[in-house]
Amino acid sequence: MENSILLQALKDKLGKSILSVDETSDVLTVTVDSEAISTIIAFLKEKQDFIFLTDLCGIHYPEQEKELGIIYHLHNLVKNKRIRLKTFVTKANPKIQSIVSLFSGANWMERETFDFYGVEFVGHPNLVRILNVEYMDYHPMRKEYPLEDATRLDKDDSFFGR
Amino acid sequence: MGARGLNIERMKTINSEHHLDLTQQDEKVYSTLNLGPTHPATHGIFQNVLTMNGETIVGAEQTIGYIHRAFEKIAERRPYYQITTLTDRLNYCSSPINNIGWHLAVEKLLGVETNKRVDYMRIIVMELARIADHLVCNSVIGVDSGALTGFVYVFQEREAIYEIFEEICGARLTTNLGRVGGFDRDFSPIAIQKIKALLKRLPKILHEFENLLMRNRIFMDRTINVGGISAERALSYSFTGPNLRAAGIDYDVRVQEPYSSYNDFDFIVPVGENGDIYDRFCVRETEMWESMKLITNALNNLPEGKFNTEVPDFFMPPKEDVYSKMESLISQFKMVMGEIDIPQKEIYSAVEAGNGELGFYVVADGGRSPYRLHFRRPGFIYYQAFPEIITGASLSDAILTMSSMNVIAGELDA
Repeated sequence: MENSILLQALKDKLGKSILSVDETSDVLTVTVDSEAISTIIAFLKEKQDFIFLTDLCGIHYPEQEKELGIIYHLHNLVKNKRIRLKTFVTKANPKIQSIVSLFSGANWMERETFDFYGVEFVGHPNLVRILNVEYMDYHPMRKEYPLEDATRLDKDDSFFGR
Repeated sequence: MGARGLNIERMKTINSEHHLDLTQQDEKVYSTLNLGPTHPATHGIFQNVLTMNGETIVGAEQTIGYIHRAFEKIAERRPYYQITTLTDRLNYCSSPINNIGWHLAVEKLLGVETNKRVDYMRIIVMELARIADHLVCNSVIGVDSGALTGFVYVFQEREAIYEIFEEICGARLTTNLGRVGGFDRDFSPIAIQKIKALLKRLPKILHEFENLLMRNRIFMDRTINVGGISAERALSYSFTGPNLRAAGIDYDVRVQEPYSSYNDFDFIVPVGENGDIYDRFCVRETEMWESMKLITNALNNLPEGKFNTEVPDFFMPPKEDVYSKMESLISQFKMVMGEIDIPQKEIYSAVEAGNGELGFYVVADGGRSPYRLHFRRPGFIYYQAFPEIITGASLSDAILTMSSMNVIAGELDA
């Protein structure tokens, strides 16, 4: 399946939700509006045979207006074609539609993303932390939490590392 | 985290999609059984709070994260070559596959084409690791169904495989094997000799192991039609690897997206029918035979050439050059400090690990370490189907189901 046919189908159906397309990456990458994510994934699953959710994870870009990203990797097992969907939400209102009703396997992946980035998946059956302790009050994979103790003054890392 | 009391309201919401009917709780008395976190039968540290109706399981709540080590966060500070040691500790039963999977991801990021000898050497190592992984899993299915003999018997061969790893890279369990671009040294004659000796010995051992279990009445009664999952549910749960293939879907990354010259070889991708414990066992057994075939073919056709590819930013210069030449000293220093340019790119690279598709999603922003690295751990993803699979089964079947799914705590928690 050519990218163009798939892209055309996507644009015909959900044209205004597609913000940008990147065909130079290893996998066809489509950035979409966060409001429409479950509609788009349902369309890809039901009409375009992307029946397999490979991966779901978060990412944090502190300098962007919409800081938190959610990245979906879907796989069309019949035609052996992958697609990567990206969507961004603000830190103040990190809400996005859950896709557990489409893929049962999304359950823990969404919990992991919630745990590490604080993205709230609306409609998730059990959105609680999965790997960290339940009483943790922050989301540790966000970039404002550096790996090492920020209070240490004896260590100058400006030459090596972020 | 620790053990928690059972919250029946919460159980209802968790399992509402799994047709769990707890509405009769007033008439029936359910008991709660705490399986884990340190239970000998769980083979790792994770907890299951089971709701039991007599001997039958009516619901399970899982707690994981006991050995969470924040690898993804740590990786955001480490130079690329130091992340290999983190991948060791994901699925520690077959760490060479994880190592090489990571090297392949970095090579994809850099756009490096490895030469054939490297590819074939990698196939040999990865298939040895797969055999070691499957040997553990299958023999532990035997142990949990009451047959300890097979386990002790095949562990000797697993030990032999670890000795081969030791000969190749110096370590046994957490191997940190290979480098970006290839290997740090060639296979020694002793390593080749040990691989050949293993290939000679293993078929006989494996036949005996199969004779012990495969047509054993007790084993068949314990495993056939137990712990099964349909192909549709397995796909919905994003199963990969032997567990998906046992359910009848022939998805194998080695065939779908061949890496490391797997397309040079002929091998069978075995599939099961019912997705039950017996099918998983048989799929893993057949995969071991196929792995042996692959190793034999790769060893016989091992091309001449260098054991590494020129990746100047990742491959250390020879030590004598470092001591005598300024350029080599500088390049070694830059490499060790991780001060090398990585193209701004994002990639998803996957390998077929012992348990399924091990994926690396890397976002590189040009700095010394990845901006974001996500491990797609197959074990983490398929373990969430466990409550659905064991609901309605007995406790002893649940233990057997868990070992047949090959849930490994390191992979679960990352």
